[in-house]
Amino acid sequence: MATTIAKPELLVGKRLRRREDPRLITGTATYVDDIKMPGMLYAVIVRSPHAAASIKSMDVSKAAQHPGVAAVFTGKDTEKVGPVPCGSSLPGLRVPHHYILAPERVYFVGHPVAVVVATDRYVAKDAADLIEIDWDVRGAVADPEKAIADGAPPVHPQWPDNKAFTHHQEGGDVDKAFAEADVIVKQRITSQRLIPTAMETRGVVAEWRAADRQLNLYSSTQIPHLMRSLVAQMLGLEENRLRVVTPEVGGGFGSKLNVYAEEALMGFVAMKLGKPVKWIESRRENFLCTIHGRGHVDYYEVAAKKDGTITGIKLLIIQDLGAYHQLLTPAIPTLSVLMMPGLYKTANIRADIIGAFTNCVPTDAYRGAGRPEATHGIERMVDILAAELKMDPVEIRLKNFIQKEDFPFPTATGLTYDTGDYSLPLKKALGMVGYEKLRAEQAEKRKKGELMGIGISTYGEICAFGPSPATPAGGWESATVKIDPSGKVTVMTGCSPHGQGEETTFAQIAADELGIDIDDILVLHGDTAIVQYGIGTFGSRATAVGGTALYFALQDLKAKIKKFGAFLLESDDATLAGGVVTCNKTGASKTLQEIAGATYRAMKLPANTEPGLIATHFWEPTNFTFPFGAHIVVSDIDRETGGITIRRYIAVDDCGNILNPLIVDGQVHGGVAQGLGQALWEEAVYDESGQLVTGEMTDYVLPRAHMMPWIESDHTTTPTPVNPLGVKGVGEAGTIGCSPAMVNSVVDALSPLGVRHIDMPMTPEKIWRLVQGASSQEPVARMGERL
Amino acid sequence: MIPQTFEYTAPKTLEEALQIIAGGGKPLSGGMSLIPMMKLRLAAPDHLVDLGRLKDLHYIREEGGALHIGATTTHQDVASSALVRGKCPLLAQTAGGVGDPQVRNRGTIGGSVAHADPSADYPAAMQALEAKFVLKGAKSERTVAAADFFLDTFLTALEPGEIVREVIVPVEDGSTGTHYEKVVQKASGFAVVGIAVRISRKAGKIVWARVGVTGLANHAYRATAVEKGLAGTSGGATEVQNAAAVVADGIEANSDLHASAEYRKHLAVVHTIRALLAALARTA
Ligand SMILES: Cc1cc2nc3c(=O)[nH]c(=O)nc-3n(C[C@H](O)[C@H](O)[C@H](O)COP(=O)(O)OP(=O)(O)OC[C@H]3O[C@@H](n4cnc5c(N)ncnc54)[C@H](O)[C@@H]3O)c2cc1C
Repeated sequence: MATTIAKPELLVGKRLRRREDPRLITGTATYVDDIKMPGMLYAVIVRSPHAAASIKSMDVSKAAQHPGVAAVFTGKDTEKVGPVPCGSSLPGLRVPHHYILAPERVYFVGHPVAVVVATDRYVAKDAADLIEIDWDVRGAVADPEKAIADGAPPVHPQWPDNKAFTHHQEGGDVDKAFAEADVIVKQRITSQRLIPTAMETRGVVAEWRAADRQLNLYSSTQIPHLMRSLVAQMLGLEENRLRVVTPEVGGGFGSKLNVYAEEALMGFVAMKLGKPVKWIESRRENFLCTIHGRGHVDYYEVAAKKDGTITGIKLLIIQDLGAYHQLLTPAIPTLSVLMMPGLYKTANIRADIIGAFTNCVPTDAYRGAGRPEATHGIERMVDILAAELKMDPVEIRLKNFIQKEDFPFPTATGLTYDTGDYSLPLKKALGMVGYEKLRAEQAEKRKKGELMGIGISTYGEICAFGPSPATPAGGWESATVKIDPSGKVTVMTGCSPHGQGEETTFAQIAADELGIDIDDILVLHGDTAIVQYGIGTFGSRATAVGGTALYFALQDLKAKIKKFGAFLLESDDATLAGGVVTCNKTGASKTLQEIAGATYRAMKLPANTEPGLIATHFWEPTNFTFPFGAHIVVSDIDRETGGITIRRYIAVDDCGNILNPLIVDGQVHGGVAQGLGQALWEEAVYDESGQLVTGEMTDYVLPRAHMMPWIESDHTTTPTPVNPLGVKGVGEAGTIGCSPAMVNSVVDALSPLGVRHIDMPMTPEKIWRLVQGASSQEPVARMGERL
Repeated sequence: MIPQTFEYTAPKTLEEALQIIAGGGKPLSGGMSLIPMMKLRLAAPDHLVDLGRLKDLHYIREEGGALHIGATTTHQDVASSALVRGKCPLLAQTAGGVGDPQVRNRGTIGGSVAHADPSADYPAAMQALEAKFVLKGAKSERTVAAADFFLDTFLTALEPGEIVREVIVPVEDGSTGTHYEKVVQKASGFAVVGIAVRISRKAGKIVWARVGVTGLANHAYRATAVEKGLAGTSGGATEVQNAAAVVADGIEANSDLHASAEYRKHLAVVHTIRALLAALARTA
């Protein structure tokens, strides 16, 4: 007799609330600073107040004698530890030795020189203030263009030109494109330094169990496994003797996609003292010592035909690297080069990068990592070209888009775009905003001298990092699924989610594949003693790569469940559906729970079949994925004050299939917040001597909830063939699409005054000065002069 | 982010508090300015005297045609008080625009005026309101006018051992319209410039105007030239513009990351015009 099994409701695609939120909003999540251990000591790090200096002498005796102090270590003590690793390998890259504590010379404000360890952090801080250092202060340079100019003070004395590397990439025939162009537009465009500012600063707890020869390291990171490999190397410890645990991570945005001096330093201290030690980064340290993002000065030239067809792009990137290479520092601008053609068909590109050392904290991956810079550049240039040709910004984009039937599309920069239909989100966004009507309104306003702007950006990006040959540390991801004898399921992912919601989306995938209740599934991550090796969460990769690894692990398990179920049913024709294996002939069935129990009890086993229900899959992608979208910003400018009001914000993103619309919306909203932050407010400002002027929350303008516009968000869906889930990635899309739309909007508003470009952040004073100084011809001439 | 060691006392009576303060104790009110400075080790008081538990410093009452507000009254209490909103709307509006809800729930009127941050909001209103401060020491009590109280950046007429006990502001009559216009420094919440305005208009003529300016100079000031320019006029757009044009005359304007001196002065003029027009719209 056939049992009818209710088809379980599919969860993928549903707006499920995040399973991680209850612990976050009830304040019961465990962050690094919540970890307390018996006998734990606290560390405070002494840092350089100068951007460039040598230590003439350092006297730590008073600090060492301060009551409650367990130890003071300086660069002399830790010389053999490290160095802090650089994971990117560009040809000819100059890599300065990056000590975990500077033994002699310091290269940026905040450079660590000593660590004080005491019974509590107050004592440690008081003692740290007692350390006396006699400095020999040297000339510093904090601006990348100044750094590579003649006569600049060398950041590292062995490389007086301050160039860490140069990189050249070329595709097609650029010279011909420019020689035959009807029009060439040029512009210098900057992407300022930004401070990632995760809500939770970094922090490390290290615990050395000498008797077991075991170091436990708790760190707020995006990459526990890579950290384990690298910190073990730095400490000279066998990798299997190091366990890295990632408790709750309060945001990363790329700033925790790194291995910092402090992780190895705390390991060193714990091993030396035989006691657990904690270091929690202060907000000021976070501003000074955790990587910054962006830091580009770009020189663009675009060649085009009269009809708006873009025929060639030249780009020179001067990348502010800071004083050192952190994990991926030099690799970030190479991503900008890869994405420089954006969504446009151009076959001819030439790009050069100059990596400039400066006396600043290193730059590295920050939400978008290279792609926001590229998108900002090309989307600004397309608008500048449109203005030059008196074309509508929509028209010029539609004219140059890679067409739907062109995919897979090989780009001039060597990528293969997977799928796309670029006019789709643009047309949807135009419909949502009511483009024609707005242009009519704008024309009316212009007659009255009112400044209103409509800014469009159509962005593309690279996600799902990525095929292993194209990434510094392997681009695959891993998943293990184990089903307990009771039928309950545990997923272990090599990703390390820290706000992206994969505890929810991965459970959705597993629930649908296994046909079981989501509450029967637990998702674990972020502990190298529990989870098989993995890569981590960054580059909008976790779902597209880690989710796919999970998908394949589930297929393996399903095959075994089905085989076992059929075996128990003595059937040679059975189906697995809804968590039940049913014999298609008799209708008899076995539940997942019954089957799981039997696989462990193992009274009898199918031929060539091992007991138990566990599967691990490492998935290597064949390509990146390439999401895209269109953002439109309508803005009004206060002529008198330069103040910008965002009237409408439209975001239409195509990230392939959507597993959970609620989470995707959240990612878009957060991304847009950070995009607006860059466009309007944020900038890490160093003065000439290398002091960080925006060293506090009171001076660094971070976007806040009340500063956000209402975001009208929608999607188009163009799945990728690269993975079976059809997902592309959305973690960085908002940031990438946002800043050019915002700047294009304000430039559009000011275009009647002859303004063609504005560098970020677009502060009211900057806008006011443009309005003040504007005369209709001048800026074009000024643009020419600059280049 | 870790302060130096300090002692902490929460006295039960004002007398006890004043005694410790006379001996060098540092008053702690809402802590919204003092604690951050201690955390950055920019301030390192030996002994904090918490005024927060003193019930007799936390009040708003009407007496003799004026509002009397105790020093530890929070910004939130001032902003939401029916009495203040009805009788001294400029003060309520100003308090409601300070920082964010957390800050308004902790920060106090006494702490704010005593701190005398050149970008703080209250001082603009205090100048426009011609407020009076009751300053109390262990053995003294005196009343100082706002015009004589704010002396320089973070510097007031408070003598060592004295605290601000009470703030006295006038009750507006029916002829008065008021407005506070603030350009927010988006990172800190403080004013890049803030213009507090009161105007009395009767039978279509401005009888008097008061204009307090914060954020622009080393301390909040009254723009008397603007006030004079308005008196006797009907408050038309051109008259307002002409009067406001001199709001920053002779002022050595602050300049920082967020606004140059030139831009600040320009903002002061623009926002004085806007504040005046808004206040005028509220006059009968
Ligand atoms: C995030 C943030 C945003 C803010 N934004 C704004 C803003 O937009 N506008 C604005 O005006 N302010 C702003 N503030 C400051 C806030 O208004 C404070 O409340 C105010 O500056 C100080 O008041 P307090 O009660 O917190 O004083 P405290 O911090 O306790 O004390 C400040 C100083 O005054 C002294 N003091 C305190 N009470 C007395 C007293 N009764 N007599 C004598 N001396 C006393 C203390 O010894 C100390 O030196 C902000 C603060 C924060 C943290």
